[in-house]
Amino acid sequence: MLAQFGFGVFALTFLLALFSVGAAVVGYFDKSDRWVEAARRAMLLTFPLVTLAALTLAYLLVTGHYELQYVYSVTSNDMPFYLKITALWGGQAGSLVLWSWLMSAFVSAVTLRKWERDRELLPWVIVVTSITLAFFLSLSIFYENPFARWWQTTAGDFVPRMFAPAGAIPVSPADGQGLNPLLRHPGMILHPPMLYLGFVAFVIPFAFAIAALVTGRSDDRWIRLTRRWTLVAWLFLSLGLVLGMRWAYDVLGWGGYWAWDPVEIAALMPWLTGTAFLHSVMIQEKRGMFKQWNMLLIILTYSLVIFGTFLTRSGVLSSVHAFSESAIGPMFFVFIGITFVTSVALLIYRWKDLRAEVEMKSLFSREALFLLNNLMFMGVLIVCFWGVIFPLISELVTGQKVTVGPPFYQRANAPLFGALMALMGIAPLSAWGKSTYKTLGRALWKPSIPTAILPLVLALLGVHNWIALVGFTLVAFVIFVTLFEFWRGVRSRQKKQNENFPIALWRLAGHNRRRYGGYLIHLSMVVMAIGILGIELYQTTTQKTLAVGEDIQIAGYTLRYDSLAQFPYTDGRIVTRAVMSVFQNGKLLGELYPRYDYYPASGQPMTIAGVRSTLADDLYVVLVNWENVSEAQAPFKVYHNPLVNWLWIGNLMFIFGFLVAAWPEREEEKREGKI
Amino acid sequence: MQKSLRSGIQGRAKFIIGGLLILAAIIYLIVSATQANAEYFMTVDELKSKGNTLVGRNLRISGAVVGDTIQYNPQTMNLTFDIAHVPGDNAAIEMGGGLAAVLHAAVTDPSRARLTIVYNGPKPDLLRDEAQAIITGHLGDDGIFYADSDGLLLKCPTKYQEAVPSQVVNGN
Repeated sequence: MLAQFGFGVFALTFLLALFSVGAAVVGYFDKSDRWVEAARRAMLLTFPLVTLAALTLAYLLVTGHYELQYVYSVTSNDMPFYLKITALWGGQAGSLVLWSWLMSAFVSAVTLRKWERDRELLPWVIVVTSITLAFFLSLSIFYENPFARWWQTTAGDFVPRMFAPAGAIPVSPADGQGLNPLLRHPGMILHPPMLYLGFVAFVIPFAFAIAALVTGRSDDRWIRLTRRWTLVAWLFLSLGLVLGMRWAYDVLGWGGYWAWDPVEIAALMPWLTGTAFLHSVMIQEKRGMFKQWNMLLIILTYSLVIFGTFLTRSGVLSSVHAFSESAIGPMFFVFIGITFVTSVALLIYRWKDLRAEVEMKSLFSREALFLLNNLMFMGVLIVCFWGVIFPLISELVTGQKVTVGPPFYQRANAPLFGALMALMGIAPLSAWGKSTYKTLGRALWKPSIPTAILPLVLALLGVHNWIALVGFTLVAFVIFVTLFEFWRGVRSRQKKQNENFPIALWRLAGHNRRRYGGYLIHLSMVVMAIGILGIELYQTTTQKTLAVGEDIQIAGYTLRYDSLAQFPYTDGRIVTRAVMSVFQNGKLLGELYPRYDYYPASGQPMTIAGVRSTLADDLYVVLVNWENVSEAQAPFKVYHNPLVNWLWIGNLMFIFGFLVAAWPEREEEKREGKI
Repeated sequence: MQKSLRSGIQGRAKFIIGGLLILAAIIYLIVSATQANAEYFMTVDELKSKGNTLVGRNLRISGAVVGDTIQYNPQTMNLTFDIAHVPGDNAAIEMGGGLAAVLHAAVTDPSRARLTIVYNGPKPDLLRDEAQAIITGHLGDDGIFYADSDGLLLKCPTKYQEAVPSQVVNGN
């Protein structure tokens, strides 16, 4: 009964979304505010409705209604309560429900306001968001129905269907298969919702951009209105990516955090265009330039968001994320095609209206450097896109399937990331409009001096890898420039306002949140770069089969295999856990507990590394899952990951910098009526 | 007037040249990185027919694990086994009655081309008779395929994702 109820609510919401598309279009062309208002109210209703359907599904998951195929495939009796909740996005059908739910939440949040001042944009914002919502709802209704139940047909086969096939009898399993063990991790609780929040929030600026194009508004109003949405989308997308890295590091047991898996790249691509967008809208706000470019960037971001969901959900590419092959692939393809072509056609139609108000003059001006920054992000995007589609292209052209692995991405992207870091250092010191290499040079020489010393010091300390030397020098450059900028600002405040240092710093950042928050985010990026350089360039690994009492050496550490235990855990998994002692220079540093868990219900093993983490390095030990593991012989794989902790520390700094940048400024808020 | 026009053209020229240089650099990066890191997907038959021309290239090869040939020394972590040819494309696999049937046929047919794989590392549990192996590595002069560390990926044809209810109670 409940399943039918949930399905009915979904169908109703779908019709409501279609109705608001129609009503908004009619309202716009008939200039009838009543229709627009009807469309707005319909959109307001979608959130409570989808919430109701999602809660129904959550209830069915928690109460173990295994007669539903989705519930059966992602939960089981022995799973704890919180995992049954997270099972909502543990499978294909459920993750689409999450998408629709977030989309409806954002749509309702937007339509909660009446938009008196920007009423002309409203119908088209509703059209774009409703079409997107209706698309995702239709996937749930027609293709990946989370409410479908098991039936046994007259031929004896078990099939999941919403409605009874002829002559079939309903069946109810007593227990389910349980969530994929890899997804039973705290990182997994947050990673998909964060990523989806980021994905879905980017739909809002896109909707306003399209509305601006249709209504012919060529000013930056749409950007100002959606600035906060863009920031929020970007934050969640970034957090989603980093949580995914952390999850991979903790759970997948291969000593790394990022494998250039097509699906990881699919989530990275909208982040790249989104980051470029975040930078280039500043140029439009300040100088009235890059209007066409900003439109293109947000259109690309939207398409890549849908493309990212498509890659994860269609099974087109094989990866750790891909669910089994599914019928929704072609649907996504058609939807992306139609929305992309329509948006670009609109942009071309308005192309002339969106010409820059001033011309770019100097190669060394801030706008030129921002353009360069955008080109670098586009470069990384092209590299990633090429890597993902290369196998498909080569198979089409030559008949030979050829792929490119992680070394391709590392090699092609490293110089681009290096250039981006250099720009992070140079751009804050450049001036708008007219700026020559002389003025830029004058601003740069002070922070350049300590930067120039660093590679010499590193080389003397024995760092001879030139990529490391360049990389760490760039890191130092950005840090010095940023600190120098803070120092310069604080000093001038101290002189002018006669404030002491902490107060001057507080007020400086407080009055210029976007700028100084941005600097903090730059700092956090290079701190992350320290971790990435460390693990990418200096990771070492070794493996050995040990008997109890034997040891293995890596990077000055000695790890001794002490004992092995095997025991069942409350949720049914069987844990095999080794104890290892870590020594350095004969001194005991502590114990590590690498283990692997076996889930008999699903037949899936999961490897959990034992990790000793410090600011200098991580010691990452994997007990290799092997049937003959015993006290007499157990295979271990050990990774030494220098500096990797800075990747996570940088991420915490990133959140702080974001809060500084995005914290609402009260006066400005009143003045501009932002959302 | 003349002067400002000329400086305008000059101004634009330097941006166009700069843009083209950057574009060229990005294309160069992509082309060179692709060439250096391309990994060729192959079946055992394709590999055998191309022979020694492939020595040194990055290859990714798939086949069916022949159970009797698996040899593993836990002390040295040396693992060797043979794989038998299975067709590469999905349509052929579907024609052969699904992956499990195709793998079974490959292993039991003595006339199938086989390839010896050498891998250094722990023996994966999934390395069993009639499992599908996807191996990245390179072909040696000796005709043996040397797998990269982490270059061994195994799949068992039983996909639990698609399983149907096992403990069924009739009715609601």
